[in-house]
Amino acid sequence: MPPKATRAARKGGSVTPHLGEQLTREQKLQLYYWMRLTRTLEERLVALYRQTKVVGGLFRSLGQEADAVGSCFALEQRDVMSPLIRNMGAMLVKGATPVEILKQYMAKGDSPTRGRELNIHFGDLGEAGKTRGFLGQISPLGDMVPVMAGVTMTFKMRRQDRVGLVYVGDGATSTGAFHEGINFAGVQRLPLVVIVENNGYAYSTPTAKQTAAAQFVDKAIGYGVYGEQVDGNDVLAVYDCTKRAVDRARAGEGVSLLEFMTFRRKGHAEHDNQSYVKPGEVEQWAAENDPIDRYVRVLLDREKVGQAALDEIDARIHREVDEATDIAEASPFPQPHDALVGVYGDRPTEQPLWYREGADVSSLGKERAEGWGTWDASKGGSR
Amino acid sequence: MSNEITYLEAIREALFEEMERDPEVFMLGEDIGAFGGAFKVTDGLMAKFGEERVIDSPISEIAIVGAAAGASHMGMRPVVEMQFIDFIANAYDMLTNYVATARYRAFLPCPMVVRGPSGGYVRGGPFHSQNPEAGFIHTPGLKVVYPATAEDAKGLMKAAIRDDDCVLFFEHKYLYRRIKGVMPAGDHVVPIGKARTAREGNDISIITYAATVHKAVEAAERLQAEDGLSVEVIDLRTLSPLDDEAIFNTVRKTNRVMVVHEDTRTGGIAGEITARINESCFAFLDAPVLRVTAHDIPLPYAPALEDFVLPQVDDIVLASRRLAAW
Repeated sequence: MPPKATRAARKGGSVTPHLGEQLTREQKLQLYYWMRLTRTLEERLVALYRQTKVVGGLFRSLGQEADAVGSCFALEQRDVMSPLIRNMGAMLVKGATPVEILKQYMAKGDSPTRGRELNIHFGDLGEAGKTRGFLGQISPLGDMVPVMAGVTMTFKMRRQDRVGLVYVGDGATSTGAFHEGINFAGVQRLPLVVIVENNGYAYSTPTAKQTAAAQFVDKAIGYGVYGEQVDGNDVLAVYDCTKRAVDRARAGEGVSLLEFMTFRRKGHAEHDNQSYVKPGEVEQWAAENDPIDRYVRVLLDREKVGQAALDEIDARIHREVDEATDIAEASPFPQPHDALVGVYGDRPTEQPLWYREGADVSSLGKERAEGWGTWDASKGGSR
Repeated sequence: MSNEITYLEAIREALFEEMERDPEVFMLGEDIGAFGGAFKVTDGLMAKFGEERVIDSPISEIAIVGAAAGASHMGMRPVVEMQFIDFIANAYDMLTNYVATARYRAFLPCPMVVRGPSGGYVRGGPFHSQNPEAGFIHTPGLKVVYPATAEDAKGLMKAAIRDDDCVLFFEHKYLYRRIKGVMPAGDHVVPIGKARTAREGNDISIITYAATVHKAVEAAERLQAEDGLSVEVIDLRTLSPLDDEAIFNTVRKTNRVMVVHEDTRTGGIAGEITARINESCFAFLDAPVLRVTAHDIPLPYAPALEDFVLPQVDDIVLASRRLAAW
C-alpha cells in the first residue's frame, strides 16, 4: 500500500475538529495534563540547570509535546515504547515519574540508573503487567530501531498481543542502524511503529542537508511498509494517526513509518543558542503553532472545558513538580565504589585498582627479590 | 575412532542440544536456514526447529545484533551468526555501545551469543581471515571465547548460550574440519574463563589460543626432540575474562614466557598478557616476555604472502630457543 501522505500544515491552523473521536472527555483532559506536565517539568529542569544542579546537558522538547504525548497515548499498557531525547512526554504517559526524571538529571544514587546514565536514558522493560513498558535509549542514533525490532520479534514468536513503538528524529534516518532496523522489521512483518519526528534540525543540520528525499514518509515506499505524515503539533491528529498504525500492527499488518511535522524551538541542548536558525522562525512557531496553545483552544471552544478546569490541572502539576523536586534534591549522590558493581551477571563487582584500594604502602619498594640488582658483569659468573 | 567428530560438528551438536533443551534459544543470521550457513555449521537446524527458530535474515549485521539484544532483554537466548567474523565490524557500535553497556546502565542483561568463522591460514584474503577479538576484549561487558579443540568448541558453546551476558564466540575456520575429538558423554559444558594446559612442560611457557595452540604444540614437540626443551603450552580458551591464575601459575613454574597469537601485533592481547605478568610476576621472570604474532599487515591472499605475515611453527621454535637461551 502506498504511503498516505497527509500533508501537514506546518504552521497555524486549529486542531482538525473530527479528530480524537475515539477519546472520552476524560482522556482528552489527560492529553492536556501530560503535555502541560512535560513543559512544566522541563521548565523546572531549566531552573535546576541554571542552579548547576543538573549535572550534564539538558534537552528540551518545547513545542514538540503533542507529538510525544499524542503518539504514546495510542499504546496500551502492555505495549513497549522506546523514546528519543525529545520524548520525555511519551515516557511520562508510559509511567515514568517526575521524581525519576529529576533524579536522573541530577545524577542521584537512587535514580533509575543509579547515577550511571544521563537525562531520560532509562527504562522499565519486561513482562506485561509487571513493567511499565519503555526501553531507555542510547546516544548513537537509530540503534533503538533494531533493538525494538528484537523486542517486537519476541511478541510475534510468543503470539503475544503486544505492539512496539520507536521514535527517531530526522537525523537518525540517515544512519545505517535505522535503515537496517526498519528493513529487518518490515521483512519480518513485526508489530512495530516507527515514528520519525521531523523537527527541522538534527543538532544544527537542517533536514535539507540530511536527505535528498522530499519528505521522510516517502521512505516507507522503499521499505514496503505503511506510511503516513501528520501535523505533529496537533495532538489529536497525532493520536489518530498513531492509533491507526498501532491497530495495524496489532492486527498483524506489520510495520508503519509515521512522519510527524514539528519544530524544535530550543537548541539541541541548553548550551546551544540556535545561531543557525533563520531569524524569527522560532518566534513564529511559538506565536502561531504552539501545540499546547492550539489544544487549549480546542478544549475551551469545542469541548466546552472551562478555564477553571485547566487552571486546576495546572495547579496540580505545579504541586506535583514541586514535591518531586524536593524528593530529588534530598536524595543522595552515589558512593564512588558503586561504580564497580554490575558489569557482568556472574561477577557482582569488579575489583578496584590497587592504587585506589588496599595498597599496603609499607610494602612499596620492597617487592624486589633478594639479590636483584646486586649482580655485576665485571665479576663474571653469567651464563 | 568412529565416534570422533570435527570441531565444526561439535559446534553444531552444541547448537542442536541447546535448542532442544531450551525453547528460548533461536538462531539468526544470513543464509543459516535453508542453506545451512556458509560453512554449514547450522545445517539441519531449520529442518528440525522450523523457520521461526532458525531465521534467515537480510544482510544486516547491525539489525541482527540489535534485534538479538532486544529479544534477549525479553528473556530469549539468541545465537547470531556473522557469516564471517570480519563482518562483526559492522555491528561494532551495537555490540560495544548498546549490548556491552546494557546490564550496567539499564539493568537489562543481554544473554546472547554472536558466533562466526574466524582466522586465517585459509587463503581467505583481507576480509575472510580476520581475528578481531582485541577490540572486544577491550570492551567491559562482553565475554570472548575462542576454542582450539572440538571438545572445547562444544562445551564452550553450550556455556556461552547459557551465560547471562553476551558472549562473542570465535570459531577458527582452519580448525573446522581439520581437528576432531570425542565428545565427553552427557551434558558437556566447559566453563567460561578457565584456561587449559594443552601440554605440560618445565623450561618455557607458551600462552596462546585457537589455531596457534596446535602450532605451539607442534613446535613444543620439535623442541623436545631437537633441543631437549620441555615446553608448556597454555590454551587460554577464554580471552575475556582472562584466566590470570593459569597465566601466573605457568610463569611461576617456568619463569620464561612467550605469548603467541594469530592476531596482529600492535594492540593484540599479547600486550595485555605481558603487562599483567609484568605487574604481578616480575620477580618470577628470568627473561623478558616475548611475542610471536602476525605482522601488522592486512592479511593478504597469496599463500607466500599470507604465510609470511602469519606466525608459523618455525617462528615459535626460533623464539623459544631465544627465550630459553636468555
